[in-house]
Amino acid sequence: MTTTTGFSPEVLRLDPQREADRICARIRELMRNQVKRGGVVVALSGGIDSSVTAALSVRALGRERVVGLEMPERHSARETLELSGKVAAALGIQTQVEDISGILQSVGFYEKYDSAVRMVVPEYGAGWASKIVISGVADQPRFTSFYLVTQDAQQVQATVRLPLQPYLEIVAATNFKQRIRKMLEYYHADRLNYAVAGTPNRLEFDQGFFVKLGDGAADIKPIAHLYKSQVYQLAEFLGIPEEIRSRKPTTDTYSLAQGQDEFYFSLPYQMMDLCLYARNHDVPAESAAAVLGLEPQQVRMVYRDIDTKRKTTRYLHLPPLLVEEVEWE
Amino acid sequence: MNVKDEIRNFVVENFLFGDAGGLTDDSSFIREGIVDSTGILQLVAYLQERYQVAVADEELIPENLDSVQRVAAFVEGKRQGSAAGAGNAG
Repeated sequence: MTTTTGFSPEVLRLDPQREADRICARIRELMRNQVKRGGVVVALSGGIDSSVTAALSVRALGRERVVGLEMPERHSARETLELSGKVAAALGIQTQVEDISGILQSVGFYEKYDSAVRMVVPEYGAGWASKIVISGVADQPRFTSFYLVTQDAQQVQATVRLPLQPYLEIVAATNFKQRIRKMLEYYHADRLNYAVAGTPNRLEFDQGFFVKLGDGAADIKPIAHLYKSQVYQLAEFLGIPEEIRSRKPTTDTYSLAQGQDEFYFSLPYQMMDLCLYARNHDVPAESAAAVLGLEPQQVRMVYRDIDTKRKTTRYLHLPPLLVEEVEWE
Repeated sequence: MNVKDEIRNFVVENFLFGDAGGLTDDSSFIREGIVDSTGILQLVAYLQERYQVAVADEELIPENLDSVQRVAAFVEGKRQGSAAGAGNAG
């Protein structure tokens, strides 16, 4: 356990070169001793996490052993392909573009999603866009509730709280995106005899912000131990293009642009990082609040939310559970 | 069956697979890991269906929904037109 002395944003400062070297040595060791595949496939979203994961993989294995997959669909942000292309070019890696709109159409995603939205907004249809947002956990002591934000063809936005069934239907349908992307990652990994590198950072990994058997699936997760602020530090060191480093984190999952702090985390990542660090190191809420510019009560609520998310998403991390242990090693 | 027993039965059947274990009327759903945010949505859907009680945004608070006792008091309060928590929907 660390003491609270000296808690400040500086606790997340790392030596990028040393950390990059440490991660790369570990990637090589894992590939050689456990994974035993010739390279890695990395899904590139144009975001910071996948860019850093790809850059570390290149540094660890060589650019000829890394393939970037770009998998946009109808709802992807316009700049997604452009940014992922820039990363791939900067790293000098081979890429493959798989537009997943056709697969999503075949499994009925768009129809299922729209039908679920129409359970609460009957007029939802062509020309509309939408996203899910959560209530602010740090604002007041309330249970998290989920809201649907819609935007009609005239750009008029409306917000409605989601009851159970439409919420479940919307999330279930949307999870197709992450699972289809992962299916394609493994297709390319298998045909190349490569492994799949997952891209979660510590916030996402710890707080269960991933889809089981979707973006949660991978053979190695090189940055799962890094706070998001640390991922940005590595990004700068690794030469990730400025446009990507200065872009606001987004889920790029819904047809309306959605920040990660709107959907899952209660605060912007810089503050969430510090709260998670503080929680992990038993920093009293009063001390953390002073550094974060929040009220102690708000920090206590975020701590409680961190604990709740850990508890409620624990099953996402678990392998299939057996009735009794089966020895296989 | 009174409201408290009905709610207790709902919680036991839906979240505990019929095994009440150590659930008391005051057990915190959240602290004991019985109900997560999706579970709260299930509970709210049940209250709306069974008692025609609409739960407003500002009523989605632990004081109203975090134990059998609290939910029962909340429902009774709403039925009598004076919810335990803030808000005026329902």
